[in-house]
Amino acid sequence: MSVHTLTVDGVEVAVPAGASLLDAVRAAGADLPTLCHLDGLTPVGACRLCLVELEGSGRLQPACATAAAEGMAVLTQTPQLQEWRRMAVELFFAEGNHVCAFCVANGNCELQDVAVAVGMDHSRFPYQYPNRRVDASHPQFAIDHHRCILCTRCVRVCDEIEGAHVWDVANRGAECSIIAGLDQPWGEVAACTSCGKCVDVCPTGAIFRKDDTTAEKEAHRERPQLLRAARDQHQWLNQ
Amino acid sequence: MAGPTPLQLRCCAASGCRSAGSEALQAALLAARDQLGGAAEAVTIKPVGCLRLCGRGPLVALDRSDGSELYAELTPDQAPALLAAATGLGDGQGDALAGRRIDPADPFFALQQAVVLEGCGLVNPESIDDALAHGSYAQLKRVLLECTPEQVRDQVKRSGLRGRGGAGYPTGLKWDTVALQPPGARTVVCNADEGDPGAFMDRSVLESDPHRLIEGMAIAAYAVGADQGYVYVRAEYPLAIERLRLALKQARAKGLLGAGIAGSSFNLRLEVRVGAGAYVCGEETALLASIQGQRGTPRPRPPFPAQVGLWGAPTLINNVETLASIPVILREGGDWYASIGTEGSKGTKVFALSGAVANTGLVEVPMGTSLRTVVQTIGGGVPGADGPNGGVKAVQTGGPSGGCIPAHLLDTPVDYESLRDLGSMMGSGGLVVMGETTSMPEVARHFMRFSVNESCGKCVPCRAGTVQLLQLLDRFVERQASIADLERLEALCRMVGATSLCGLGQAAPNPVLSTLHYFRQEYQAACRDPGQCEPLDACLLQEVTP
Repeated sequence: MSVHTLTVDGVEVAVPAGASLLDAVRAAGADLPTLCHLDGLTPVGACRLCLVELEGSGRLQPACATAAAEGMAVLTQTPQLQEWRRMAVELFFAEGNHVCAFCVANGNCELQDVAVAVGMDHSRFPYQYPNRRVDASHPQFAIDHHRCILCTRCVRVCDEIEGAHVWDVANRGAECSIIAGLDQPWGEVAACTSCGKCVDVCPTGAIFRKDDTTAEKEAHRERPQLLRAARDQHQWLNQ
Repeated sequence: MAGPTPLQLRCCAASGCRSAGSEALQAALLAARDQLGGAAEAVTIKPVGCLRLCGRGPLVALDRSDGSELYAELTPDQAPALLAAATGLGDGQGDALAGRRIDPADPFFALQQAVVLEGCGLVNPESIDDALAHGSYAQLKRVLLECTPEQVRDQVKRSGLRGRGGAGYPTGLKWDTVALQPPGARTVVCNADEGDPGAFMDRSVLESDPHRLIEGMAIAAYAVGADQGYVYVRAEYPLAIERLRLALKQARAKGLLGAGIAGSSFNLRLEVRVGAGAYVCGEETALLASIQGQRGTPRPRPPFPAQVGLWGAPTLINNVETLASIPVILREGGDWYASIGTEGSKGTKVFALSGAVANTGLVEVPMGTSLRTVVQTIGGGVPGADGPNGGVKAVQTGGPSGGCIPAHLLDTPVDYESLRDLGSMMGSGGLVVMGETTSMPEVARHFMRFSVNESCGKCVPCRAGTVQLLQLLDRFVERQASIADLERLEALCRMVGATSLCGLGQAAPNPVLSTLHYFRQEYQAACRDPGQCEPLDACLLQEVTP
């Protein structure tokens, strides 16, 4: 297997060909905040939190969706990147209705985690308080669109791992929303296998089990990668 | 090239003149010819594409053995007088057509150089026989017979042609990148999703001379080794779609598309794909997703479509004007094309001139022509205004991705680098002229609203950032802003520009940034308490002395 060597914030790392910049950053022992990315799912580069600067060109690239190449010099923590990351997180908080105090995912929420990681204590942008829907038509699960950050993990896990493609994105811009089936109530979508993978991967409390109440959501965000490894490499948990 | 036929009336049948009633006019001309009989019988009445001066339609060009004349703003009841003028019969034609005759020596026409548009206004866009008579497909046939794909690409490289969609990527290099991918299927795509407000260049080419585009695409496909292609046209261009479909059908019937084109072993299947009204589908990766039947959202590049494009195959994507330049380049040679224009920007560029300007229409000029020539000499400046800048306050180029260039920089040559250095961009070619009374924060808000409506919603800076920018701009337009808002506006503009996923988001702050740069005093004056803005005078001074 061929190997690429590159530097991350000055630290030299070697990664196998085909690895992403995010893999290289992790190999260098650094960490980057991510929201849309989840190991095991196709990267989309939508949340812009893992943007890194390619030294020399000054270009920004999403680490999750960019292939590592020989000789790259990657900067992950410039003051400018840190400021923009914080602004992006503030924009996420301002565009939805995120109230941690009574959210099912309080304490187990990736949006909350990145807010802490980037040092955000409040949003400098006015909150938009959008009027969104809650769909509790499914017997076991519910989706509260107020908490949705449109990372599309649910769309991808359902399509790529479960193969049911229950979820997709409708409309555009600020009007975007995750829809079930042909924009039907979730409970009426026959394609849904009730596997719960969308609940497992949701970074926030947008998709949750109905039995869970405040701060009780347990996500299993490692699941897509385990399933992908089982399928592609025939590696199982008990091996 | 066939010379002008004696005694011919060329009636503009493109969208601009159609909206001014050109269909009724042409019907009246045909009826009047039948009624008059005699000498009028000898007059050919032919629908053609754009005759350039769109703002004064319907336009009719009259070809006589002693030259051509152009008539504007005609009504059906003037048809007999026009026929009389054509045949040289009938008195009093001067009265009936008073003020309708346009001087062909007017700078609007005299300073233009038709390269891409050479057949536009001469060819009947619905007749392949007429197109063939004007030389269409001659280069395709020649190339298939005489040239290797490498030789074709070499001519395109020599021409120095750069992508006319806005970014200005060297066309020959792009063709090479696609051609030199590992063996396998390739696709060629024409981006006809022209969506910038105030841009109608590509529509005019499609409506006026569709065979030129098809020929250019076929040559491109041959040069990169593609055997299938798509023209992605926005649904808002029904006439262009209709004429393109007709032209494709005619070309297939003549053996100029399909299997074994013109007796060679080259095959090409060409199809039209109609967009569904999303501006972002003009972004190449979103366009490809849309052709594949998926949601039209961009994806991060690399890999570029030249490497991984339509259904994973290397894909050449060029804009309409770029591909329509190809037949001329091959006919006259790459060196000839490179002799037009400037060092870094070769050839001619088609602009759609609109806004506060006397002559609205389609303009093709050599690259490097100054904005002043385009706006004041060709465009005639702002109607009813005079002064050194002809009442022009700013010129907006590049649509919602471009910027406003202030009047004192009108001497800037139009080329990719000069416009970029001014914080604007060439864009696809829309030029919107703004008069002295235009409020710049309102202009910025107008374009930001466009970006908010057209954001696909995939990445957060564009989806949520443009909404916040629009609300900030609202505060300036409503004179509710504070100095802190000005800082917030600039900081967020930079963030959205630097971190958005695709070109649409990255360029969305440009109208704000460029107006902030050149017209900062208007933003400061729009603050609730303008007195707080201490450097107000300094800013004004800066503007007066560029």
